[in-house]
Parts: sequence; structure tokens; C-alpha cells
Amino acid sequence: MNVRSAAARLSVRMHAPTGPAERPLPDLAARRKRYAQRRRLSVAGLRLMLGVTILGLWELTTRLGWVDVFFWSQPTAVAAKLWIWVTQGTDLGPIQDQVLVTMEETVGGFIVGSILGIIFGVALGRSALLSDVLGPYIKGANAIPRVVVGALFAVALGLDIRSKIATAAVLVFFVVFFNAFQGVREVDRNLIANARILGAGDRQLTTEILIPSALSWIAASLHTSFGLALVGAVVGELFGATQGLGELIYAAKNNFDTAGVFAGMALLAAMALVAEALITALENRLIKWRPQAVTEARI
Amino acid sequence: MTPAIELRGVTKRFLTPSGGIYTALRDLDMAVEPGEFCAVVGPTGCGKSTTLALISGLEPASEGEVEVFGKPVKGIADGIGYVFQADAVFPWKTVLENVAAGPRYRGASNREAREKARDWISRVGLSGFEDRYPYQLSGGMRKRVALAQSLINGPRILLMDEPFSALDVQTRSLMENELLALWAASSASVVFVTHDLEEAISLSDRVFVMTAGPGTVKSNYKVDLPRPRNVAEIRFQPHFAEIYEEIWKDLKDEVLVSYERQKRSGAA
Repeated sequence: MNVRSAAARLSVRMHAPTGPAERPLPDLAARRKRYAQRRRLSVAGLRLMLGVTILGLWELTTRLGWVDVFFWSQPTAVAAKLWIWVTQGTDLGPIQDQVLVTMEETVGGFIVGSILGIIFGVALGRSALLSDVLGPYIKGANAIPRVVVGALFAVALGLDIRSKIATAAVLVFFVVFFNAFQGVREVDRNLIANARILGAGDRQLTTEILIPSALSWIAASLHTSFGLALVGAVVGELFGATQGLGELIYAAKNNFDTAGVFAGMALLAAMALVAEALITALENRLIKWRPQAVTEARI
Repeated sequence: MTPAIELRGVTKRFLTPSGGIYTALRDLDMAVEPGEFCAVVGPTGCGKSTTLALISGLEPASEGEVEVFGKPVKGIADGIGYVFQADAVFPWKTVLENVAAGPRYRGASNREAREKARDWISRVGLSGFEDRYPYQLSGGMRKRVALAQSLINGPRILLMDEPFSALDVQTRSLMENELLALWAASSASVVFVTHDLEEAISLSDRVFVMTAGPGTVKSNYKVDLPRPRNVAEIRFQPHFAEIYEEIWKDLKDEVLVSYERQKRSGAA
């Protein structure tokens, strides 16, 4: 670059602020949109490539005999299994019924567990006496590997949907409970003082200050707790059921049908992804008043 | 005439987390007339905020009497407004819901409360921002929300705890002028806590100087500057400088005591 062109550039830069008439400003919004579009495309492309590579390697290694098809199945066999399930139904009945049953159990357990978790979390967060008395019991109950309660519920509540909802609810309860409890405990003291000065009574303090404040914590835990509800439902089915994806996987396992196991897993994953999208929407509604999400409490 | 606020021989002790006793206020006397704008200045940690907590009823006094309009304070009384130092507007409520909260808590219908809130929102100059959430507002705008939230209840006493300390200088003097205009339109007594002597003088009728903690009122000064005042300009008046000098002589010793103490406890 010679001296003159550098000087010319400098003068352009010095004159630029005098107005768009001399040099039109670049259209930043359009540029940003183009950039975002390009990025979305490249992310989608990379995702597709990664998926194809993994499935391709899986197929290839099983075809070449490096990996035993009997134990690890292969993508084409899984796809074939899914196709059979969709067109001819499963051993347990139409495939959509199995998905629906598991979905019902998951959502049921999620709702029951969340509501109980919020009620107990807020109550214990508000009352020091209650939290001192119940604290050790809840911590103790939390320390048990909770999926084993599925066995208890299978016996006590029978093989129908109730035992699965109960198992899922127990798993969800603790996550929501701890987050609600923490949320109530972490309420800004200034906000409480302000509400009381403005004339809020005890009930208004709970519904207008404590619960909304705890909701951002609870919302942050929804992703984890929905995943756990799914775990609870499937584990409940493993302990004994007549319908559902967990039962389908269990039956496939008993027949040494690994393609069936993978096909069930694929359906569970698809279900979880759909639920994830719904929960993100719910989360955005619950905490639309804050710019960024809090990170959830770790148990 | 009964004073709006009267504190007589008030002492306030707190239990510290380690089990010790911390005396925030000792033998404090203070009286504020109805409609008077008072400022309380003092070094850091002298119990200025505690004084407000006692008047509002958020905290009980350990000893002595706290009276508001001749009645002893037992719990949070009606007719008190409180603007906190930190942001205390509710982040999950919109501006409108925030301002409407007070009337709703006091039993007004939703419609009534919203109507009243709209009026106050326009009085603090926030029309058009009714549906915003606090995080979408600037610090100065959030303070306006807090002001409207307090004033909508028609308080006879307005307590303000360093409300503008987090604002930049320009926004601050704008807010101070607006506060004076809003106060002039009401008949409220104001207790305005600040560590800034200039702010204290330019706003108030009377300045209380507190001692380094445990705090008590060391002296009080009448500020006889004419009203209405323009906060940004009043400090250029010669009389302002005289008042400032007089009060500063008093305040300086307390600030030094407090500073020495901090240095020592920092070194220990």
C-alpha cells in the first residue's frame, strides 16, 4: 500500500461521521441476517454430517464383522424394526399406543411430582421449624437410589399406569423440591420488605413474591425433572407392565432382539426431544421477565 | 403540634452471627415535623438505614420510643412509603403491575389499581413503558418506578435510603428535582438518608448529622434556602457554601473516627 492510498483512506474515515450522504452506511441489519442464516445452514450441515458418519461407521463395522451384529445390531436393522412396528404393530399392540402410554405416565408423573415439589419446597422454605424437623428425613430419602421405589410401587399399586406415575413423580419431586426450597430461601430480603411496606399480607407475600421468585429456579430445573420423569416411567415399566416403550424394550431384550432395544431407545429419544422443545417454550413463558436463566441448584 | 416522627432515647442492638451484640444506635433523639423534608447524613455504618427500619416498623427498637403521628410504632404502619437503596421493584412484574401493587394489596380492585397506577406512571414520566419489565429499564427509570410505587399509596411519611446513590450525576440531579416537585405536591414528611452532604443540603429543610456508630444524632441544622429549588444550581449560591461549611465541620470528625476504625479493623 502506498502512502497516497493510505492518506485517502484516512480522509474517508475522517469524513465518514459527517453523514450518510457522503458515504452510505453499510446495512448492518442485513449483514447480520445473512451471517445468521449462513451460520444456521453450516450448523445444520455439520449436524447431518456427524449423524451420517456415526451411523455409517456403525453400519460399516457391523457389516465387516468387526462388531458383532447380534449384540450391537445395526442401523438398517433398527430402521427395519421401526418400519415393522409402524406398519404391522408391535407384539404389545399398535406402536402409537405404546408411545402414548409412556407419554401419559411421564407427563402424569411430571405434573404430580412438580406440584408436590413446589408445595413442599415453598412450605419448608417459608417455615424454619418445618424445614428443621423434616430436613433430615428429606435428605435421607433423597440419598436412597430412588428408582428402587419403582419395585415397591409395582407391588403396591399394581401393573397399571398408577405405579409408573408414582415412580416418575418421586424422581421429579426431589429436583423440584430442592429448587423451590432454594428459590424461596434466596428471595431478596429487600423485595419482602418492600412488599410488606406496600401492604402485602402473608398470603400475598407467598403468591406474589416467594413463588414467582422461586419459579425461576423451578423453571431452570424443568429440563432435568422432565428427563427424570421419563426415566421413572420407563423404569416403572421395566418392573412390570403390559404396555409402553419400556415394556417394549424389556420384551425385546428377553428375545435377544437388540434391534428392538435400539428401536425403543430411538423412540424414547425422539419423545424426549419433542418434550424438550415444549419445555423450553414453557420456560420462556414462566420467566419472560428476566434476561437470562439462572443455573439450577445441584443436588 | 405533634411531630410526624419522633424518636426518643432509641437504642437498637442486633445479634451478630457469631453470637455477639452489635449496637447500631444508642440513645437517639430525633423529631420530624409534618411536611418537613429532612436529610440524615453520617459516616458509613452509623445506623442511618437502621433508623429508617425503626420508623417504618420493619425492625422494633431495643429501647426507647418510636412514634409516628403521636402513635407508638408496632409493626408496619399505614401511611408509610419506603424507597430502598437497592432495587426493590419486583422483577417479575411489569411497570404497571409494580406500581399497581400497593393499591391492590390494600384491597383496591384490579381495575381501580391499574387506573391509579397509569396516572402515577405518567406523573413520574414513564408513560409508554407500562408493559416493560424492570430489566428492560435503566437504573434511573427503575428508581422512578420505585418512587411511583411508594407515592401511589399516598404516604404521609416517605422514607428514602440513599435512593439515588447508584445513579450517574446527571440522572441524579434530574431525579432530585423531580422528587422535590412530587414532594411539594404532597404533604408528606420525608426522611432522606444519604452520605452526600451536598445532596442533603440541596434537598432538605433540615439536616441531621449522626455520629460514627453506635449512631446518635450529633446535631441538626436548619437549611433556610428558598424553595422551589433547582438542585443543579442551588449549590452555587453563597449561602449554600456557608451552610455546607458549617455542617461539614461537624460531620468531618465523625467521618474521620469511622475511617480510622475501618482502617484498624482492616489491619487486624
